[in-house]
Amino acid sequence: MLTFGTGNKAVAMAARDAKPVVVAAYPITPQTEIVEEIANFVTDGTLAARYIPVESEHSSMAACIGAAATGVRTFTATSSHGLVYMCEMLHMSAGARLPIVMANANRALGPGWNIGAEHSDSMSMRDTGWLQVYVSTVQEAYDATMMAFRIAEHTDVLLPVMINLDGFLLTHITQTFETVEPDDFIPPTATPHAIDIKNPGGYGTLTPGNVHFKFRYDIERGMRASIPVIEETEAEFARRFGREYHLYEEYRCEDAEVVIIAMGTLGKEMEVAVDILRDEGVAAGAVRMRWFRPFIVPDLDGKDVVVIDREYSFGYGGILAGELQAKSGCRPFSVIAGLGGQEVTYDDIAEFVRIRRPGTEHWFGVDD
Amino acid sequence: MFEIRLHSRGGQGGVTAAKLIAYAAFLDGKYATATPLYGAERRGAPVVSFIRIDDEPIRIYSQIRNPDLVIVLDESIMQLVDVLHGIKPDGEVLINSQKGTEVEGHRTYPVDLTGISLALDLVLAGNPILNTPLIGAISKLGVISQASAKQVIAETFRDERNVEAALRAYEELKI
Amino acid sequence: MAIPDEEFLLKTTSACAGCPSSLILRYVTKAAGADTVLVIPACCTSVIQGVYPTTAMNIPVYNVAFASAAAVASGMSEAFRAEGRKTNVICYAGDGGTIDIGIQALSGALERGTDFLYICYDNEAYSNTGMQRSGATPLGAMTTTTPGGKKDHKKDLDAIVAAHNPVYQATACAAYPQDLYNKVEKALSIPGPKFMHILAPCPPGWRFPSEKTIEMGKLAVKTGLWVLYEREGGKLTITGASKAAMKKRIPVEDYLSVQGRFRKITAEETAEVQKTVEDMIARLQREADGIC
Ligand SMILES: Cc1ncc(C[n+]2csc(CCOP(=O)(O)OP(=O)(O)O)c2C)c(N)n1
Ligand code: SF4
Ligand SMILES: [Mg+2]
Repeated sequence: MLTFGTGNKAVAMAARDAKPVVVAAYPITPQTEIVEEIANFVTDGTLAARYIPVESEHSSMAACIGAAATGVRTFTATSSHGLVYMCEMLHMSAGARLPIVMANANRALGPGWNIGAEHSDSMSMRDTGWLQVYVSTVQEAYDATMMAFRIAEHTDVLLPVMINLDGFLLTHITQTFETVEPDDFIPPTATPHAIDIKNPGGYGTLTPGNVHFKFRYDIERGMRASIPVIEETEAEFARRFGREYHLYEEYRCEDAEVVIIAMGTLGKEMEVAVDILRDEGVAAGAVRMRWFRPFIVPDLDGKDVVVIDREYSFGYGGILAGELQAKSGCRPFSVIAGLGGQEVTYDDIAEFVRIRRPGTEHWFGVDD
Repeated sequence: MFEIRLHSRGGQGGVTAAKLIAYAAFLDGKYATATPLYGAERRGAPVVSFIRIDDEPIRIYSQIRNPDLVIVLDESIMQLVDVLHGIKPDGEVLINSQKGTEVEGHRTYPVDLTGISLALDLVLAGNPILNTPLIGAISKLGVISQASAKQVIAETFRDERNVEAALRAYEELKI
Repeated sequence: MAIPDEEFLLKTTSACAGCPSSLILRYVTKAAGADTVLVIPACCTSVIQGVYPTTAMNIPVYNVAFASAAAVASGMSEAFRAEGRKTNVICYAGDGGTIDIGIQALSGALERGTDFLYICYDNEAYSNTGMQRSGATPLGAMTTTTPGGKKDHKKDLDAIVAAHNPVYQATACAAYPQDLYNKVEKALSIPGPKFMHILAPCPPGWRFPSEKTIEMGKLAVKTGLWVLYEREGGKLTITGASKAAMKKRIPVEDYLSVQGRFRKITAEETAEVQKTVEDMIARLQREADGIC
């Protein structure tokens, strides 16, 4: 059905259409509309889920863990301080191989309270074992949430998935989007290690050092296995519903001499910058990274690379720039921009390309 | 691309109005986006919303800097905010005004949305409903079609008087 | 006790019209005076203070993570005392930041005898984020996450706090500033952990016109839904307007029917609210009479 709504609403509707059995909810700006919409769906009967209004995010993820441990589909949403407050539970859920799906509205961390878009929240959770996808339109927010259930619950993967959407920029923008009837696109959950009264065992028991690393390695196996599962899921989604997605999206890259790389809404707006640069005779292209975990390296051979990071790893550098450099060997011009909802326009992005100095870092708006 | 910047005060329904205008454009078969820009205040503070309408998918998320049309739902905001900031040289202005306020250098359409709403007793939580007459006025400017304007109002509001409010604003706005 | 003219919350707040939180904060700071630090977790008051680089407060305000206020206050108080300073450390937190996410830190700080005053201003919802239900939201109240009205009861925060035996514990209400002022002043004169729970009728959250904040607070007290008291050294004293309400009360309907949030409350729920009031009054009366 073609409809019109915000990024938050699209996520809530996708979660509804995927029919989770348990939803745990805690409000935080700019995600709150998601848990409010789901409360409405549960109240008006359009979603037959148990809705747990927990007392903190630590508990929302804990409640999802408890529910998913029994083998049912679960969903929650959070943002910023909520996400980092559940950090312990993020490690616990991935380590327990529970296919929980969560939307995260990317927002800055305090202090100073700031509710603007920033990727510091999710990027600082990158080592928890969660898959992370970053979306750039309301439609993609819906589609990625829908696909997340299938990917997470796939028995080759069995890892939780976080859908990241830029706070306000995408959570609060109203755009056209189409909902789908998933039918068997998302098969019923079949968690092999779901709690089974007939087959009792200990979960998360004391684990000595001579086996602990095997469990850790197994998480990585799930991560690696997720790549073909994502590709297969995205291909099947395109077949059924007609919308195509890839691990990363290229824009006018074929003959490009310089590519801009970014995630989220900047990854969409930069296409306009590419068009402007092309009109000026610059052979520019763009790569929008969608999946950050697993990390998939685009082919950047022989191209100048401009990376925009909407976060920063203090004492190190822009996280995306650093990871791309480490994995691809490129020498990016690393731009730090858009923190705390800082306004970044397509003109600004085009300018990043014009002033690029490979191997250096540039903080947008900082003079010294 | 047609770009609209809407100035209102928190609680006046400006954010919803922006969504409804974009929705009407969507019904016209266009691509449209609506984005609110909130300040930090709790209530009554100036709020800005952005509406973009185009024949192609819209890839821009940053704020509108050079609007084609500026809508002012609360005249008193003009003392706090430069509502004309960045407006295109041929940009136009629609002001909800009881006294026919005009701005210099730009085609201005003053229309008494508040008066229309109050005359019909369209009041919600103590505030006159400005969305529906605004949609009527906008359709007169040709930004959205009259049919879509009607449909949006019918789908969103149960009270028949909203259609009447839109019609009155359509009549009242002079082009 | 005369309330001083000096203001610590200035007229430049970004609160809603009729805001109870700013009203309460005004009297709290007047009673506390200049040698005071406020510790504030995420809540409406994070916004009310204004936006960097300005502030509407002229005492230091330390803004901290949502779950952490009482623990931050513990550290701050210990540090001041270690240096021989008597500076008041006051946590000023909402109901969500106290009853839900902050209760662990609060319990810890009370138990280990932190010398501080913890104030929970209770507007019975997560107002900062747009009125979601909290553990303090009463039965039958609509919020954005309980669109059909809340089906669970309000958590008895005061009983939880009482179980920690703080040196001083009191309730107050935004509608009775003198009673509130007296209690803050007294609390701060006693070393050790002090706790105050203050009812904060919130116009947009409770859905009543913004000029009726005081009226709503008075109705809460006159119906007996909210009882003003203080507990010092284990002795409970009913204070102010609640003395009359202990004897004669108006029905809870008079309070519920004037707030939009109770639009969906059922007759059974209303009866249950009335019963809760009667039970609580009887319990507090017994305690005040020394029959426990
Ligand atoms: C860990 C964390 N989760 C959620 C939030 C979002 N948040 C900020 S204030 C707030 C509600 C506060 O409610 P309450 O304590 O009752 O204070 P009020 O806003 O009603 O004054 C929430 C949910 C946050 N800042 N941090
Ligand atoms: S929502 Fe309520 S408590 Fe918050 S600022 Fe407004 S009136 Fe005050
Ligand atoms: Mg509250």
